[in-house]
Formats: sequence, structure tokens, C-alpha cells
Amino acid sequence: MTAGIAALLYGVMGYLNGSSFVTIPVIVGSLLLISMVVIWFRDIIHESESGLYNKQVDATYRWGMSWFIFSEVMFFAAFFGALYYARMISVPWLGGENVLTNEYLWKGFEGGWPTNGPSDLGGEFSTISAWGIPFLNTCLLVASGVTFEIAHHALKEEKRAKCIAAMVATIALGAVFMYYQMHEYAEAYGHLNLTLGSGVYGSTFFMLTGFHGMHVTLGVIMLTVMTIRIALGHFTKDQHFGFEAVGWYWHFVDVVWIGLFIFVYVA
Amino acid sequence: MKRAVSASLLGLLPGSALALQWNLTEGVTEISREVYGLHMLIFGLCVVIGIGVFGVMFYSVFMHRKSKGAKPANFHESMTVEVIWTVIPFVILIGMAIPAAGTLIKMEDASDADMTVKITGYQWMWEYEYLDSGVHFYSRLDAEADRARQTGSGADVAAIDNYLLEVDNRVVLPVGKKIRFLLTAHDVLHAWYVPDLAVKKDAVPGFVREIWTKIDEPGIYRGQCAELCGRDHGFMPIVVEALPQDEYDQWVASQTGGATTDVPADMEAEATDAAEQQVAMASDAEPEAEQADAADSAPAEMGKDELMAAGEKAYKTNCSVCHKDTGQGMPPAFPSLVGSAVVGGEPAAQIQQVINGKNAMPPFGHLSDTDIAAVITYTRNSWGNDSGVVQPADVAAQR
Amino acid sequence: MSSAVDHHDDHHGPVTLKDGFGKWVMRWISTTNHKDLGTLYLWFAFIMFFVGGAMALVIRAELFEPGMQFVQPEFFNQMTAMHALVMIFGAVMPAFVGLANWMIPMMIGCSDLALPRVNNWGFWILPFAFTILLSTLFVPGGAPAAGWTMYPPLSLQTSNAFPMLIFSVHLMGISSITGAINVVVTILNMRAPGMTLLKMPLFVWTWLITAYLLIATMPVLAGAVTMLLTDKYFGTSFFSASGGGDPVMFQHIFWFFGHPEVYILILPAFGIVSTIIPTFARKTLFGYDSMVYATASIAFLSFIVWAHHMFTAGMPVAAELFFMFSTMLIAVPTGVKVFNWVATMWRGSMTFETPMLFAVAFVFLFTIGGFSGLMLAIAPVDFQYHDTYFVVAHFHYVLVPGAVFAIMGGVYYWLPKWTGVMYNEKLGKLHFWLTAIFVNVTFFPMHFSGLAGMPRRIPDYAVQFADFNMWSSIGAFGFGFAQLIFLWVVVQSCLKKGEAATSRVWEGAHGLEWTVPSPAPYHTFEEPPMIADAEITAVHDEPAKA
Ligand code: HEA
Ligand code: HEA
Ligand code: HEC
Ligand code: CUA
Ligand SMILES: [Cu+2]
Repeated sequence: MTAGIAALLYGVMGYLNGSSFVTIPVIVGSLLLISMVVIWFRDIIHESESGLYNKQVDATYRWGMSWFIFSEVMFFAAFFGALYYARMISVPWLGGENVLTNEYLWKGFEGGWPTNGPSDLGGEFSTISAWGIPFLNTCLLVASGVTFEIAHHALKEEKRAKCIAAMVATIALGAVFMYYQMHEYAEAYGHLNLTLGSGVYGSTFFMLTGFHGMHVTLGVIMLTVMTIRIALGHFTKDQHFGFEAVGWYWHFVDVVWIGLFIFVYVA
Repeated sequence: MKRAVSASLLGLLPGSALALQWNLTEGVTEISREVYGLHMLIFGLCVVIGIGVFGVMFYSVFMHRKSKGAKPANFHESMTVEVIWTVIPFVILIGMAIPAAGTLIKMEDASDADMTVKITGYQWMWEYEYLDSGVHFYSRLDAEADRARQTGSGADVAAIDNYLLEVDNRVVLPVGKKIRFLLTAHDVLHAWYVPDLAVKKDAVPGFVREIWTKIDEPGIYRGQCAELCGRDHGFMPIVVEALPQDEYDQWVASQTGGATTDVPADMEAEATDAAEQQVAMASDAEPEAEQADAADSAPAEMGKDELMAAGEKAYKTNCSVCHKDTGQGMPPAFPSLVGSAVVGGEPAAQIQQVINGKNAMPPFGHLSDTDIAAVITYTRNSWGNDSGVVQPADVAAQR
Repeated sequence: MSSAVDHHDDHHGPVTLKDGFGKWVMRWISTTNHKDLGTLYLWFAFIMFFVGGAMALVIRAELFEPGMQFVQPEFFNQMTAMHALVMIFGAVMPAFVGLANWMIPMMIGCSDLALPRVNNWGFWILPFAFTILLSTLFVPGGAPAAGWTMYPPLSLQTSNAFPMLIFSVHLMGISSITGAINVVVTILNMRAPGMTLLKMPLFVWTWLITAYLLIATMPVLAGAVTMLLTDKYFGTSFFSASGGGDPVMFQHIFWFFGHPEVYILILPAFGIVSTIIPTFARKTLFGYDSMVYATASIAFLSFIVWAHHMFTAGMPVAAELFFMFSTMLIAVPTGVKVFNWVATMWRGSMTFETPMLFAVAFVFLFTIGGFSGLMLAIAPVDFQYHDTYFVVAHFHYVLVPGAVFAIMGGVYYWLPKWTGVMYNEKLGKLHFWLTAIFVNVTFFPMHFSGLAGMPRRIPDYAVQFADFNMWSSIGAFGFGFAQLIFLWVVVQSCLKKGEAATSRVWEGAHGLEWTVPSPAPYHTFEEPPMIADAEITAVHDEPAKA
């Protein structure tokens, strides 16, 4: 697994440095990584299905998952912090709020948000309105949270068909979300001239939504695995932490999005 | 090597025994003396607390040994003492915090200044612009020290006056005036640090920071760049020369050719006689390095090999941090010079860019015409580039 | 993933060299046993300590006298940055994780860490991470040279090494987070019945809090370096003013991680010292509860003091005042700890075996480092100290005779438990005295050169700093030599050369780890032990035994 990551990273590093020996390590690394993850999870699934898990192990997974999600929260916190800092501190400062930076270095720069900075990096751009697709996306994700809970209850009541249906709905909602998100990106790059290079607005916008998008993708994959497992008859009505863990993750992704919606799109 | 070590061992001991400075300087401003006072206060408190704590500890280390027949006591808890040794340090801290806050607030108040100097940090020199009088120059490590500090130069650095703490152009300031500095940087972070003034502030590219000082006594005060800024971070000293007001006025007059503002550039040539002096007029904030270098004023034709050899050296010293030894740079931040349109095009454009810089590329106007010609020739004839030779005279023509 | 499902090496001893070399290698690569992994972590840390130390010696050799003798300035900067990264992320942190691996399950009475496979994975990331990091020394453009703090825009000038630096930091982060989650979960979930939270040994407590700090801050570091990466390669402008960002923003994010990080490097040390001192004073630790609360307060405060590293970076006065006051506050809980240690020694019945020597030296020298920290906290005066050797003196006092001494003390303390033989006490003492003397010869003069105005991170200096630097360099080489003795002592023990150790090892030792034989069997506490309160160091109303 580590070897896989190493090979993958080696390739990416090569890519960033403009080296040509890139493709092979990236492919080999990714394959290695994926197969190791699969094997690892297969083992765990196998163990859980063989009824090897007692209360303590269950609690271990609960704690483990909670702390993992906490670490993810802190990861996003770094980017939200960057957004806060840029909006509340660096841009006003450049706009002359403290010391007359805009008199001596950036003549006439006034700050304000959104901005691509005093050098007008990347040129004029427009932003995405919160009340179009982003709002729709918010609804989609919230709805998917609800459908997930429906699936959870169904599982507890041992109504497998209903559970699967609700899971499929959840996945579908997630997938539509992703589709819209891609569409937004295409729009931003294609028509609005809003890119990663659009100063600090573009940077924070794509960094936050991008990492969130990656988490949604991962979430959808995990939801799919869970659905398959339910279809295979895994989990019992009171032993299904794997399922719940994915649920926690999914709700976490949901909450991050609401934060994003408020601070990136609306405010 | 061995000889050098022993020589300096011998050479240093007597000399430095006099000069050895153990403590913080008291400095030459009201603020610096306050800071010194704070330093001594807190240091004193720490020493007293230390003597108490360590005294008790070592007493028990020596007295309560098993080998001395000590029997362990039984106590292991006491709310009372816990509270005492929480509260007492807290009170001591408040005693430190109050005067410290007072000084800090004063230090950060740069209002009502009598004059303003804008300071810009470059890799690896300082630029000074006197916004009121229009004096403007660059200040870099003194040439002798610069030669001696090259790795393996074998020079006896102890024999050089103020090794690493001398510059070609000093910042001359009047005493008794509140001087405001506007601090910024051109490329990376630097920090302007002069201990005797108790001033240290980071120079941040793209931002302006304010600091101030009011010097009491005439004198020469030395400092250094105090924020890691790359290869030659250790080699960008700061020297402040504080003069009485009248001498300061004379200095300004000599820099500006008599008048205080808006003097035609050609008048300054006489005033700047020292070979390394680079003084330029700037009534606005445009950094434009102008060189009044006698040696370069009638440059000789040079052979290509000579230029290439000098160029390679100058390239490695000045350019390769960004453009790399291979000339390939680090795109997109630092463009490749291999096959670059600028390098392949008219020499004039490239000369201008090297002298004046462009965006993230710093100006190199402080280099001599020969060096600039050499480095340009080098870039034009390396890594598969082939676009001709540039002579010092071409560079001089572009200044 | 309970031990019941662990394959191969269960319920019989580990594979040894005698079973064949290939098998033996595979055992170490695939081991999920906490003791094996503890050993791996500790050896890894030891190697990195020598690597980082060798880099420090390059620095000290160049600084031996003024003038540039051996290296180019660029290489010097690479050494400074790599020395710090290797020491912090490669030596001290893995050493603490190694100790946690070995001791925590044995201290709280469980058979292994909660997530053994994650544990294996977390360790094996490290050799890869450091291979990447160290190999930057050989790529075009050389290793990162912008300090361990990686401030942009300078760090963006790093050439090919740049992505390698970033990814190795990511990997170290993943490793630390997995390790930390494992520790938290083990402590919260796997304690033997009767081992309530407030009966846990302090080492376990400090690690619990450290793990929390790790989980909270390592992702922030990952975020920060990710932004560096995109700034360099994908055109973002988080840290560039021309796009509306700010280089200082990086510093805020970095130090939001970085300050808690320095407590990550010291809290487990506090735990070790709090374990060693009661043993050799033959007296219960004074003020157990207040020790726990003090540790928690330090951890809490560590999140609101970060900008004391940035007083000169330019902040509004109000912010500077806030960070000055909050930083000063940390002296209070830390003081409580120091006073409690002294009170534990007071009227004890002390003997001074090597672990105790290191612990006493820790209390003495760490406190000196703490005092200089307090001086740095005074913002107006920090303008004078910042980025001078005074700071270098401060943090080496808390890191070397602080963190590193505690680790060495801990190693001597538990070595007999690990190997089953007593280490050579004479050599141990010699190692201690040489180390303690040279550490001061090395780092004490740095206070003076710093006060006299010598900036840090410079390869050459003005002549008036020469004497101090010469002492420092001599001290550093002496210190390095002393560590060879340490290496020798440890290797001898590992080769089982020495008297057999009893299970209790130290007369005054308390705690579950001393109830199992020495060397500790491959599997301990398969069945949770019955906790007899007298066995736990930190019993509340249990009188100390002589
Ligand atoms: C183990 C690591 C460790 C620890 C424990 C500490 C502990 C402390 N540190 Fe230090 N510090 C570092 C590692 C550490 N530090 C590092 C690595 C850097 C440099 C990073 C870089 O730039 O590369 C640094 C830099 C640093 C700075 C920035 C300096 C600068 O760059 O200008 C400051 C400023 O406030 C500071 C303060 C403190 C304080 C107040 C404490 C306090 O926790 C200390 C508290 C302890 C005591 C005070 C002693 C015991 C107390 C008593 C006996 C009670 C009574 C005492 C009084 C009332 C005075 N540290
Ligand atoms: C835990 C952390 C830690 C530890 C243990 C150390 C240990 C040491 N450090 Fe460290 N140091 C830092 C963390 C640490 N340091 C940090 C964070 C910085 C700041 C970096 C920055 O500015 O970005 C720093 C910076 C720093 C500087 C300032 C560099 C500069 O500003 O340019 C110096 C200078 O003397 C120094 C010296 C030393 C020395 C002599 C030791 C000694 O204690 C080391 C002793 C160990 C040995 C000597 C190893 C023994 C090995 C041998 C004897 C064998 C040799 C082997 C071979 C040749 C194969 N360190
Ligand atoms: C601190 C980094 C830095 C240093 C040092 C530096 N440059 Fe540059 N250089 C740049 C950057 C950034 C650009 C791109 C400027 C732009 O177009 O915005 C550049 C552009 C150039 C170009 C134009 C390339 C093109 O195709 O646009 C030339 C020629 C050049 N530099 C030559 C030099 C020479 C000669 C030196 C040394 C005397 C030097 N540079 C030192 C950063 C640097
Ligand atoms: Cu400029 Cu350091
Ligand atoms: Cu700190």
C-alpha cells in the first residue's frame, strides 16, 4: 500500500517537475494502491461477516471513525481559515485599510470581494450566483442526507428492499450533485473566466469546492459499496457499523457543503 | 585549513575579549532603552524564580537521598500549595505584562513622523527611498567582505573592518527626529533589523509595514537582514549612520546636488564619486537603478570567451536561483530562458529587463555594465541558444 | 481487527532470524504487534537522530569560525531546513510514538493497540516519507532550503525538491494521524476493567492529549502545504499579494499547526518524567490531578498562542497584545508541573540511576528553556530576540535537554523491560554526564550570541560572534560523540549482554508494565488483568511504598 502511494507520488512529482518518466509510476502506483485498499477492506468485511466483532471492536471503530472525521474537519478548517483571512484581513489590508499599502504599492486598489487582487490576475471574471445551481445542489445534498437516514431506518427494521431503494436514491442524488458541480466548473472556466488563477477568489473557490467534490466522490463510492453489501445480505439490524460510518461521513460532507454554500456562495 | 584555524584562534582571542558582548544592547533610542529595561526585568524575575525552584530541587537532590538514609515521606497532594503556586506565577506575569503592553503600544504608533523613508528588501540588498527629499539608492554588502565571504576564499576575515556588517551605501538619518519607515520587499520576505534602534520588522512583498525610530545619539549602527531570504540571507547587512541635523542636511544636499526635490538626473554625476556608489534620483516610487560608475563609462570591447566566462559566474551568482543552472527556470513562475523570445530577440529588450526587472524578476541595475553584458551574452549562447554577443557599451547605452 | 483475527504469529513467539532471513524480514514488514512496531519506531527514530545530528554537525562545522570554509551558502540553508525536519518529524515524534506503542498497552492492560493493521501501515509510511525527503539532497537544485517553516515566497523558489518536500510532509502527516487515532482509540476504549481515566499513568494521559493535538493540527499543516503546492504549480495566489493573498497567511496557518506541534514534542516528555521521578524518589507523584489538568490547559492554550512566532510579521497591536498575554499564560500550568516534580522529589528517598539523572536534568534544563520562552513571549522584547540565536538557544533547550533527554531517560528506564537485561550502568552514567555537559557547552553560548545580535540561519557571521560560536561548535561535536556511547549501550542491551533483569526492575517502580516478566513476552494481557490499585503509579489515596 505504502509502496503504491510512493510510486504514485513519485509519478506526480515527476509530472510537476516536467519529467517524462511519469505515466508508468502513476499507473503502477494507482493500481497498487487501489488493490491494497480493496484487499484491506475485503479482509475487514470478511472479519465482520464472520462475526468476529464484539462490543469493544465496535466501539473502536466508532471512536476511530469519529476522530478521522475530526481530522477531516480540521483539514477543511485550514481552507476556510484561508478564505476568512483573505476576505477579512489580506484584501482589506491591500486595499489600504492599515498602512497605505494601496498608495505605495498598488495604486488605487480598493479591495472588496470577490477579487482577483491588485494585479487583476487572470483578468475580469464573474462569479457563480448562489441561488442557481449551488442552491439546487444544497437541496440535493440535504435530500440525500434524508434518503440515507431512510435507508438506515429501513435497515434497522430489516426492510432490505426499501433500504436498497433509499440507498440508490442517495447515490443518485450524490451523482447528480457531482454532475452539476462539473457543469459549474465548465461554466466557470468556459464562460465566466473564473479559474484557479483568478487571484485569491479563484484560489479559495476552487480549493474549497474541489476538495469537497473529492470527498463527495469518495462518499459516493463508499455508498455504492455499502449498497452492494446490503444487496449481498451483509449487515444485521443491530450490527452495521460499516454502514453507519459511511453515513457519518456522508453527513459530514453534507455539513461542509452547507458551510461552503454560506461562506463561498452566499456571503 | 589547519593553519587558518589556528591563525584565527590566536588572532581572535585577544581582540574579541574586548569586544565580547554578552547582553542585549541598550541602544540609542528611548524605545530601545525601555526594551532593555523590560529584558532585564524579566530576566531578573526568571533568575529569582530559577534560584528558588532549583534551590529547592538541588537541596532535596543532595539531602533526600537514599544513600543518606532518607525515608520517603507520604504526602502527595495539597490543594493549598497547588493554588499558591498557580496564583503567585500568575501575579508575577501580570507584573510583567503591564509594562510590556505599554512599550508595545508605543512601538506600534508611527504617527506624527517628521520624515519617511521607504525601504525595500531585495534578494540580496536593500533599497532606500527618502520620500521627502527624493534621495534614492541601493545598499549592498561591502565589496571587500563580499569577496572574502566566498566559500574557500581563504581570506582572513578578522582583518576586515566590520566583516559582513559594512555596506557600500549607508542609510544616513538625522538624530532627534521621528523617522517613519515604510517597509516592503520585492521578491521574498526579508526583515530590517538594527539592534541599537530596537527595530525589527518583516518586509513582506506586496505589503507595506510601518515602523519608526527616533535616534538620540549620532553614530553608526549596524544590523542585518533577519528573515531567511535564500542563499545570501547572511550577506545583506544594514548600516545606519545617524548625523546631527545640519550634517544630515548637507548629506541630503550632496545627494540631490543642492536642491531637495526634482533635480535633473545629470547633475548628480559629480556628487557621486565613489566607484561603487549608486545613487539615483527618484521623486516617485519607480525603482530605477542608475549607475554612475566611472570604470564602466568607457567600456572596452570584450572577447566572447571572456564574456562567457564572466557571464557564467555572474549567472550562477545572480540568476540561477530562479532560472536554474540549466536555464530552464521553473515555469510557470520563472520562465525558461532556453529558446525564450526575449533571449532570442533584440538585445535592447533583454538589457532593459535585466537592468530594471519585470514583475517577479528583480532589477539587476546594481551590476556593472561588464557583468550585465557578460551575463546576457552567457544566456544568449548557452543551452542551445545562439543569439550573439552583447558588449558593455551596449549596456551602457541602455542605462 | 482484534488480536483474535491476527494471522500467523499469534499465540506463539515471533519469527526470529533462525527461522530464515526472508521470513524474519517479512515478520518485521508485516508485523502488527505493538511491541514489534514500537521497536521499529524507536530504531527508525534513532537512525534519524543520527542523520539529523550529522546535518547539525555540518552546520556547526561551518560556523566554527567566521568566513566560509566548507559549504556553499545554499547548501548550508539546505542543512538547516533538513536538520530541523529530520529531527522533529523523523527523530523526536517517531521516538514518542515508539514509546507509546511499547508502553501504552502494557500500562493500561490491553493486548495490543486498537487498530494493529493501521499501526503497521502508519509506521511503514515513514521510511518512504524520509526516503523522499532525504533524496532531495541529490536532485537538481538541491534540498529544500527555506527553513523547516517553509515560508513562501522563498519556499516557492525551491526547484525539483519542492513537490518531494510537500508530499513527504503529507505522508508524515498521514502517518502521525493514523498513529494518533490509534492511540486515542486504544486509551479510550481498551483499558483494563478498573483502570479509570484518573488512574491512568501520566504517560498515558499526556499521550492522549498529544494525540488529540496531532489529530487537530496535522491536517492543518497538510492544508497549508497543499496551498503552497497549488501556488507553485496551479496558479493559485493564496500567498501572493498580487492576487489578493498574503505570504503572512501561510505563517498563520503554519503556526496554527506549529505551535501545538512543539507541545506535541514536549507533552509525552512530561509524561515520561512524571513516571521516572516518582520511581526513583520512591514516593507517589505529587499532585496527580493537577498534573492532568495542567497538561490539558497547556494543550488548550497551545491553540491560541500561535502568532507569538510572528510578532515581527506585522499585525494590529490588539492582536499582538492578545498573543503576548495568552503565551505568557502558558507559564502557569507549566509551572505547576515543574513545582509538582520538585515536590515529588522533596523528602523522597532518591537514588540516581541513569533514567533519574536524565529526568532531573530535564527538570533543570527544560525550565531554563521555558524561562527563555517566556522572555520571547514579551512582544516588545521579542522584536530584539526574534530570528536571532537567542531563539535557537530557547528551542534547543526545550527540545534537546527537554524532549530528547526525556526520550533517553525513558529508553534507559524501560530498556530492561524490553530486552530482559540491565544496560551497563557505568556507561549509561558516562553518557549522561557527557551529554549534559556538552549540551550546555553547545547551546548556552547561543543565548549570548543571540543577545549580541547574531541572526539565525546564516552560514557566516561577523567577527564579534566568533567566540560563542566556537564554543557551540566544540560542544556539538562533543555531544555527538557522547551519543555514540548511547548507541553502544543500547546495542549491547539488545544483544542481551548484561545481567538479567527482574520483572520489577526498579525498586520503586509502579504500574502494570512491571507486573509482566522482563523481557516482556510477545503477547501481554491477552486477558485483561485485575487491577490492584497498589500497582498503579498514580493511585489516589494509596500511601507510597518504600
Ligand atoms: C518542545 C518544544 C517547545 C516548548 C515546550 C516551548 C515552550 C515555550 N515557548 Fe517556544 N519554541 C519552540 C519550541 C518550544 N517552545 C521552537 C521549536 C521555536 C522556534 C520555531 C522556529 O522559529 O523555528 C520556539 C519559539 C518560540 C517563540 C518565538 C520566538 C521568535 O521566533 O521570536 C516564542 C515567543 O513567545 C516561544 C515561547 C515559548 C513559551 C512561552 C513557552 C512555554 O511553554 C514555556 C513555559 C515554561 C516555563 C516558563 C518554565 C517553568 C515555569 C515555572 C518555573 C513557573 C514560574 C515561572 C514564571 C512565572 C516566569 N517559543
Ligand atoms: C528535536 C529537534 C532538534 C534537535 C534534537 C536538534 C539538535 C541539534 N541542533 Fe538543531 N534545530 C532544530 C531542531 C533540533 N535540533 C530546529 C527546529 C531548528 C530550526 C531550523 C530552521 O531554522 O528552520 C534547528 C536549527 C539548528 C541550528 C541553527 C541553524 C541556523 O539557524 O542556521 C543549529 C546551529 O548550531 C542547530 C544545532 C543543533 C545541534 C548541534 C544539535 C545536537 O543536539 C545534535 C546532536 C546529535 C548528533 C551530533 C548526532 C550524533 C551522531 C554522530 C556523532 C555521528 C555522525 C554520523 C555520521 C557522520 C554518519 N540546530
Ligand atoms: C528572483 C528570481 C529571478 C532572478 C534572480 C532572475 N530572474 Fe529573470 N525572470 C524572473 C521572472 C519571474 C521572469 C518573468 C518576468 C515576467 O515576464 O513577468 C524572468 C524573466 C527573464 C527573462 C525573459 C524570459 C522570457 O522569455 O520572458 C530573461 C531574459 C531573464 N529573466 C534573464 C535573467 C537574468 C540574465 C538574470 C540574472 C542576472 C535573471 N533573469 C535573474 C525571475 C528572476
Ligand atoms: Cu534578506 Cu534575509
Ligand atoms: Cu510557539
